[in-house]
Amino acid sequence: MRRPSTLTAYAFLYLVFLYLPVLFLPLFSFNSGTIVAFPIKGWTLDWYRKLGEQDTLIQALWNSLGVGTVVAILSTAMGLFAARAFVRYRFRGQRAAEGLVMLPLVIPGIIVASSMLVLFLFLGLKPSLLTVVLGHTFLALPFSVSILKSAFDDFDASLEEASYDLGVGVFETFRRVTLPVVTPGIVASMLVTFTVSFDEFVLAFFLSGNQPTLPVYIWSQIRFPAKLPNVLALGSILLLTSVLLLVLAEYFRRRSSASEVR
Amino acid sequence: MIFRSEASRGYTLSAPATAYVGFLVAAPLVILVAYSFWTQSYVTLDKTPTLKNYRDAFADPLVRHLMLRSIWIAGAVTAVTVALAYPIAYFIAMKARKKTIWLLLITIPFWSSYLLRVFAWKLILGFNGVMNSALLMLGLIDEPLDFLLYNEFAVVLTLAHAWAPFAILPIYVSLQKIDPSLLEAATDLGNGPIRRFMRVTLPLTIPGIIAACLIIFIPTVGDYVTPALVGGSDGKMIANLIQVQFGAANNWPLGATLSLIAMLSVGFVAIVFVLTATRLGRRIK
Repeated sequence: MRRPSTLTAYAFLYLVFLYLPVLFLPLFSFNSGTIVAFPIKGWTLDWYRKLGEQDTLIQALWNSLGVGTVVAILSTAMGLFAARAFVRYRFRGQRAAEGLVMLPLVIPGIIVASSMLVLFLFLGLKPSLLTVVLGHTFLALPFSVSILKSAFDDFDASLEEASYDLGVGVFETFRRVTLPVVTPGIVASMLVTFTVSFDEFVLAFFLSGNQPTLPVYIWSQIRFPAKLPNVLALGSILLLTSVLLLVLAEYFRRRSSASEVR
Repeated sequence: MIFRSEASRGYTLSAPATAYVGFLVAAPLVILVAYSFWTQSYVTLDKTPTLKNYRDAFADPLVRHLMLRSIWIAGAVTAVTVALAYPIAYFIAMKARKKTIWLLLITIPFWSSYLLRVFAWKLILGFNGVMNSALLMLGLIDEPLDFLLYNEFAVVLTLAHAWAPFAILPIYVSLQKIDPSLLEAATDLGNGPIRRFMRVTLPLTIPGIIAACLIIFIPTVGDYVTPALVGGSDGKMIANLIQVQFGAANNWPLGATLSLIAMLSVGFVAIVFVLTATRLGRRIK
């Protein structure tokens, strides 16, 4: 049995390749020296303390939180309806429609960004947080649709039929039967779409005008070597936030699959 | 609700999402095409239709150079990423006991900010960076290596790291679908493990490999962040030139033209790739 062990060793090496580069950010964010290199001079929390004093950073954080929240609501609402249509009903052109909704995943970012900038200005929308929301909703939609599709996949349609047979109306059935079962899926979708928006850079870079989101703010700081430790501290917090949100989303997604059994 | 057919309910419910995506795909495209036939001098837009932008773009050696380099880099990234990912997908699908844990471990890094992951590579590969300082400290080198950052190698490495999960998942799915009895049959017919892999497993996973290649290749051609941060002047790609037209150069019509050329080139290469790959797949079978 030598073959499986080489494969296993490769798998662990691969994990190191995946994780190690990212882990250097938090490691050096505690370094008291300003140059990102070994040996580490000493340990400090100063860079984290200084984050709170920067007004533009705080403003960018609020911008990102606001955009992310609106994007999560919009894309999950549209995704909810679409996912239900795709799982529950059969209609002509359905596969085309499902493919269309997945399209934002594969269009190169620069093309989405440049073409949306041109479109929004043509429509008289100045680059602002509003245009970022519109763009991010477009990018987040495939994620919400695929998460909610699997939530509806696990949903037993006979529950709804039973409810109709008992004389309960369409909306009441949706509210009292369907919604509770797919709620974990909705929560998972909102967390994922929020994260997609929160981390997205290229579209925001083109569409945010003079209202930077957090990644756009980071981009503006990267050029200045003196700002590096701050970026590291901020980046580490963002990495941790993204991972926590995603683990939480995964937890809810699992629950939505498990609820079918009950 | 009995009055409305199933199909019409399907259309109504999916309409907001499909209309939204459809509009934001089609409308910018129409305007982009329109822009590509216009010209701009300083701030005024001249809407007389002309082919000047296309002539300029095709005549400019820089455009051709960057476009070809983008395709070459994206191709290299795709090949490297898929080659590295296949054994992992195979391991998770065939050997690993805790598949869901492995899948989760593979996807978590993808959820961290793309910008920050690229930035991390810039710090690692820099002249006074993490890698050089570590090697110096260990005494493996006497002076910092200067070929790590600001070239095509750095771009390919960074992108191969960024796209890893996208290659693993489609291949994993196609491996997962293989009927184990086919593998048993191959063994019973006297095929060794390598022959069995080449004649059964690999051909059956070709759809997964094609999907992985497309998912990586198409967005990579238009990547902006990685060449901008780790590419230096030798690693710049077409997206950087497009951004300049919309930013500093303020020549939107030319930017629109370049976007369209990039889109068509990507589409062309992707179609040729899918056609040859499927034909090749059939021949192996």
